[in-house]
Amino acid sequence: MSHAEDHDGTRRDFLYYATAGAGAVATGAAVWPLINQMNPSADVQALSSILVDVSSIEVGTQITVKWRGKPVFVRRRSTEEIEDARSVELSALPDQMSRNVNKDGTDAADENRSLDDSGEWLVMMGVCTHLGCVPLNDAGDYVGPTGIGGWFCPCHGSHYDTSGRIRKGPAPENLPVPTAAFFDETTIQLG
Amino acid sequence: MAGIPHDHYEPKTGAEKWVNSRLGIIGLIYDTMMIPTPKNLNWMWIWGIILAFCLGLQIVTGIILVMHYTPHVDLAFASIEHIMRNVNGGHFLRYLHMNGASLFFLAVYLHIFRGLYYGSYKAPREITWIIGMLIYLLMMGTAFMGYVLPWGQMSFWGATVITGLFGAIPLIGEPIQTWLLGGPAVDNATLNRFFSLHYLLPFIIAGLTIVHIWAFHTTGNNNPTGVDVRRENKEVAKKDTLPFWPYFVIKDFFALALILVVFFAVVGWMPNYLGHPDNYIEANPLVTPAHIVPEWYFLPFYAILRAFTADVWIVMFADWITFGIVDAKFFGVIAMFGAIIVLALVPWLDTSRVRSGRFRPMFRWWYAIFIVNFVVLTWVGAMPAEGIYPYIALAGATYWFAYFLVILPLLGVIEKPEELPETIEADFNAHYGKSKDDAAATPAE
Amino acid sequence: MIKKIALTAAAALAISGGAALAAGGESHIHDVQFSFEGPFGKFDQMQLQRGLQVYTEVCAACHGLKYVPLRTLADPGGPELPEDQVRAYAAQFEIYDVEKDEDRPRIPTDHFPENTAAGAPDLSLMAKARAGFHGPYGTGLSQLFNGMGGPEYITSILTGYTGKEKEEAGTIFYENTAFPGGWISMAPPLYGEDVEYADGHSTSLHHEAEDVSAFLMWAAEPKMMDRKKTGLIAVIFLTLLTVLLYATNKRIWKPVKKAAKEA
Repeated sequence: MSHAEDHDGTRRDFLYYATAGAGAVATGAAVWPLINQMNPSADVQALSSILVDVSSIEVGTQITVKWRGKPVFVRRRSTEEIEDARSVELSALPDQMSRNVNKDGTDAADENRSLDDSGEWLVMMGVCTHLGCVPLNDAGDYVGPTGIGGWFCPCHGSHYDTSGRIRKGPAPENLPVPTAAFFDETTIQLG
Repeated sequence: MAGIPHDHYEPKTGAEKWVNSRLGIIGLIYDTMMIPTPKNLNWMWIWGIILAFCLGLQIVTGIILVMHYTPHVDLAFASIEHIMRNVNGGHFLRYLHMNGASLFFLAVYLHIFRGLYYGSYKAPREITWIIGMLIYLLMMGTAFMGYVLPWGQMSFWGATVITGLFGAIPLIGEPIQTWLLGGPAVDNATLNRFFSLHYLLPFIIAGLTIVHIWAFHTTGNNNPTGVDVRRENKEVAKKDTLPFWPYFVIKDFFALALILVVFFAVVGWMPNYLGHPDNYIEANPLVTPAHIVPEWYFLPFYAILRAFTADVWIVMFADWITFGIVDAKFFGVIAMFGAIIVLALVPWLDTSRVRSGRFRPMFRWWYAIFIVNFVVLTWVGAMPAEGIYPYIALAGATYWFAYFLVILPLLGVIEKPEELPETIEADFNAHYGKSKDDAAATPAE
Repeated sequence: MIKKIALTAAAALAISGGAALAAGGESHIHDVQFSFEGPFGKFDQMQLQRGLQVYTEVCAACHGLKYVPLRTLADPGGPELPEDQVRAYAAQFEIYDVEKDEDRPRIPTDHFPENTAAGAPDLSLMAKARAGFHGPYGTGLSQLFNGMGGPEYITSILTGYTGKEKEEAGTIFYENTAFPGGWISMAPPLYGEDVEYADGHSTSLHHEAEDVSAFLMWAAEPKMMDRKKTGLIAVIFLTLLTVLLYATNKRIWKPVKKAAKEA
């Protein structure tokens, strides 16, 4: 603190600005936690990444797991389904994009949608891209050659093929593939 | 307006005139901020700002806690743990709210004691005082119901004991208690209504606070001398006063910042110091904690409640004269509420014409004993009701009532006040005229 | 200095453990210098891991920790177990899955199991639900200097058995110098050398007791270090603001006071 008997205007101004500035910073620092507390809490964040045990899934079947509050289809496809999915001409697809966040910007070829190169594992959101219903599996006009594979949304009649790509109906996009990877041989990590 | 004459707001720019002719908001803010304030106010006049801050703090942190809290007997305790463990910064916000209540009550007691010493309740400020007392009562209700929400052992048993006070009222007591609880005992219905009211009451407090401020802006502030501001005209009034902004706003902010240093130290390093460990045990209607102790700010009144046991002669007399309607239990309840009622009635119990205790030689001593007595009651309220403690509580409770009902009325008659300063200006000049150094510039009382 | 105090405390504990205190109902809690005390105190990660081991191998037989999420074992500032160890730790406990309608191994996002089998209280908040220090004379001054004494209370209980027993209404009570009333229904859970620490730390009775007390303090208040840090930043910044406001206040009032002086 200065005890000098100065009437230096700039010096006084500086003190006032410093005080006002410090007050503003204190207020700002107090506001941030009030906003941040509405962000997802630790328990919610902890569920943003889950491990799925896929060791018990038989070929030609799928399981549905809940991830971030939504259903995710994890399907172990048969060779017929894979062949069917990979034989489709890209030009026949309404949506040309793979909709795979793991391979962003790629085309809708089945290789770009399956989790592994062989195409055995297909992981995608079980949420119709039309209005958010959960599609039925092994149903619709695009079931695989052996009568399995393919999805059909009962709400407004969207048909998805054995790769989860939209083929017919009001849905605009292929079923999106979420962030997924093999954690170990029998475990898939979502998120 | 009967207030102190001062410059009023004059819109200057076109935009100001446009707004002012449609809504007098700028003028209202201007007149509130520039209100002439006695320039000799000392450091005991800061507590109003602290209280306003506390109300804001409690409302803001409270609204946030509600976003994560679940008012259900099965989930309330767990939802608090969710706040403490999972919500971003939730642990700190919760501790702020918990300890904010303590700061709130600390400030309100000092604010009330300031008023009691300087006679701030005396004419023409009776309405300010009564509104203040209503705010204080609502604060107690809000704090009590808020303490129930975490659904710990003290929450549950505190609620059981305090609502039991209403059950002590003869004939209508039990139906009232059942009505308050929404059942025969504290349960989910109680938790839900307390939650609702705990959210509502602070906004009523905020409304009353505006009326409180309005009232003393009408009369003008009291000051340490109790001498009125001269208000013949603006020029004379200016000799006694300074505008609220910036003189008192900055002064109050300085005090607030200093108090917040201590407050954040408590929240950061010992947030459970003022709480009770038993409230970290989930409520169990089948097991009562060994000692049920209310939060510290209720202790003086809790001590008065417990002081009047069945073996005190005045209780026996009341029992006998009312044919047993006023038993010891009911007497204690009457005493507790009576203690607050006599406090609220002090504008009409104090007969002295002099406002400030500074010029009342006898009053000063009785007042000092009153403060010590309050501290003793706080302390004895936390002690078990056995041994010597009930006697201390009884002595303290007796003094409380004697102070308001006997001492204050009598003092006004028998006491010879000292000479008052002519004006506030004279008091202020006398104080600073003799002080050589600015460093001693705090007219602390 | 701290080490010296710790040694004294340990010695005091050892003495009290041996000397059978007169059963006057008065409980004796001894101060322990835990690493997490004081404004800059931090949890000792290794101690928390050892405490977790004691809890798992001994306490968990009767007690639960139902409010503590298993995932927090990996949180910074806590025991900080590696993710794979947390998963393995979680998997040893089963939980009923409502969606699948069957039991499954727990995963890190689940909580520690609740355990009501023996009627023992849940330990999630035990370190905050007990106060080791009181008074003197109800003033709370002791707590101001020693802290609330929750973990000290737990340590003192675990080390406070005198070896005496009595039977009342079919229940066996054990004399304990720390327990209010002097007789506790919990059989002595620790005797020393009950577990084997991977880090080779001493497994004498008071070491085990302190380790598990520290772990339970963390379980009750996992955000303690965050809280102290936030408090420190707030205190430092508000002190700066206080100084600035003091100077501003002085400056604003200067002409007014000068005028009063000259009047």
